[in-house]
Amino acid sequence: MFKILKYSFYDLTRSRWMYIYGAFYLLLTASLLWLGGGLSKAIISLMNIILVLVPLIATMFGVMYYYNSREFTELLLAQPIRRIHIFFGQYLGVACSLAISLLLGVGLPFVLYGVFNSPEIWNFSVLLLVGLFLSLIFSAIAFFIALRNENRIKGFGLAILVWLFFAVIYDGLFLLALSQFNDYPLESFAIGASLFNPIDLSRILILLKLDISALMGYTGAVIQNFMGTLLGMACSLGVLLLWVVLPAWGIRWVAVRKDF
Amino acid sequence: MRTTIIILLSLLASLAAPAATITVCPACECSTIGQAIASAADGDEILIKSGLYREGNILVDKKLKLRGEGWPVIDGENGTEVITVTAGGVTIEGLVVRNVGTSYLEDRAGIRMRRVRDFTIRNNRLENTFFGIYLEHCSDGLVADNIIEGQAEEEMSSGNAVHLWYCKRIMVENNQVRGHRDGIYFEFVDDSHIRYNVSEDNLRYGLHFMFSNDDDYFQNIFRRNGAGVAVMFSRNINMWENRFEYNWGRASYGLLLKEIYDAEIRNNVFLENTIGIYVEGSTRIQYKHNEFNRNGWAIKMSGGCLDNEVNANNFLYNTFDLSLNSAPNNNSFDGNYWTDYNGYDLGRDGIGDVPYRPVKLFNYVVNQTPEAMVLLRSLFIGLLNFSEKVSPSLTPADVADNAPLMQKLNFETLN
Repeated sequence: MFKILKYSFYDLTRSRWMYIYGAFYLLLTASLLWLGGGLSKAIISLMNIILVLVPLIATMFGVMYYYNSREFTELLLAQPIRRIHIFFGQYLGVACSLAISLLLGVGLPFVLYGVFNSPEIWNFSVLLLVGLFLSLIFSAIAFFIALRNENRIKGFGLAILVWLFFAVIYDGLFLLALSQFNDYPLESFAIGASLFNPIDLSRILILLKLDISALMGYTGAVIQNFMGTLLGMACSLGVLLLWVVLPAWGIRWVAVRKDF
Repeated sequence: MRTTIIILLSLLASLAAPAATITVCPACECSTIGQAIASAADGDEILIKSGLYREGNILVDKKLKLRGEGWPVIDGENGTEVITVTAGGVTIEGLVVRNVGTSYLEDRAGIRMRRVRDFTIRNNRLENTFFGIYLEHCSDGLVADNIIEGQAEEEMSSGNAVHLWYCKRIMVENNQVRGHRDGIYFEFVDDSHIRYNVSEDNLRYGLHFMFSNDDDYFQNIFRRNGAGVAVMFSRNINMWENRFEYNWGRASYGLLLKEIYDAEIRNNVFLENTIGIYVEGSTRIQYKHNEFNRNGWAIKMSGGCLDNEVNANNFLYNTFDLSLNSAPNNNSFDGNYWTDYNGYDLGRDGIGDVPYRPVKLFNYVVNQTPEAMVLLRSLFIGLLNFSEKVSPSLTPADVADNAPLMQKLNFETLN
């Protein structure tokens, strides 16, 4: 598996896209830090970007990589290697290179700016951690979708739809449900519903660090009581981890049964 | 010429009674403060040397100066009130007053002034007193440089650090108060000033105004209080150069204005409060040169606020800049700097060409469904706010800054 991982990783490092992706973050973060002024401002702006862009890029990249390396995969399948190793190797290769681009692109400017000597270090670590998780989650979902669909157009369409669902539609439905059932106590529902969407969950984890004042209303206090504690933090990180494991398990399930 | 001066001086000296100094110390001839007061005459000074004095309630009914040297401790042993003053012209300084018991029947205080004038309470330390300094029906006094620390746990069973009731022309200056119900409490107090105080970690309000007119407070710091500062049912209050910080909680705010008329709020800093200023039914108030930094809501206005002028302030990184729930609006919000403003300035005059609407749609949504707060800063809400901005339908269209500034304003504030 590690050999495959290594191959996909090297393959990706040779492709231009990873560098462009990394350089984009580098440029963005640097300009936010030095032109926008201030760590906390930069973290808030980056949060908005990371929550939208990381899932999108991870989804697109996962699907694209799977379809592009289709021939290589067929070659590998003819070899005496376990299927799970092939697909997990490829998935982890994509996920790792995405994660490293993000880590370097966002991390480097912050380190140079001196984040280690500021109280913002925790906010920043949460942001980075969430970014890494989102890369892992959405590339796994993308791989799963691509594996299920031989038709590229369908695969791409579905992947985009999934991203759109988690990024926008889910929140819309969420808000609709909240306003419809306004008369009932909805705090537990609000927390529960946000667990089912990795983007929402990530956002709330960062908000708990940043927009603490606004969240101090009644709902905020409930969320704070749940997720602000160590147990809640561990719980939400566990759910994020589950979000990685579930599609990964899906990849395994499809990969083992699929007739190539 | 010189002889006349000498004669005049000697005349003056003979007119003024010779002010005696009575020294009190545990080993002295006069070992209790009560004894010293009994033997003193008007105008005398009582010098209290360091030591522990347990005398229950000490009644000062003469014009005396009580001065502590080396921080003498007057212990109330969690019983009655410690010092009660009923004579004018008294000065109390350099004392440590400790342990006044909680009572649900009477407002016991560390130092109480009852119906007196021209007094000074300076440079004392009050520790674990139920009420710290309690002034009732007093006028023309000074309360300065005191450190008042309580250990309040519940609102019900705790008192205020500095409590003024029916007073006039009092100066409350440079005190540090913490751990009480209210830091500084004003009820029916007129023409008084509150300056350079630090009021923090109180259960309810850092400063509490009720039915008090023509007062002002400058350069105070109110930090981490249960609900911040409350100014209610008062007229002509000036609030300048204060800092309101870190008042977090479900019902917390930096400053609460309720039924206030003709006030000036200038050069204050509101930093990281759940609500910067919460305004209810207040009219003709000028907000100028204030900085609202990283609050949940910078200003939250409810119904019945008329003719307010919010001009030339900095609104920096607040989650919500303004919440306003009454439809007709004749308040002015022009000429502020808003970090969320992203218009342009073609004329290069420093004023944005597009009006800024500080009330967002999400604000409206959150007012209706508070639970929707979990969607804060999501892409969907961003889209929603954007579409509302393009064509306002739910948010009041006339609440706008018609001359938003492109650059942050520079003005003096307390650091």
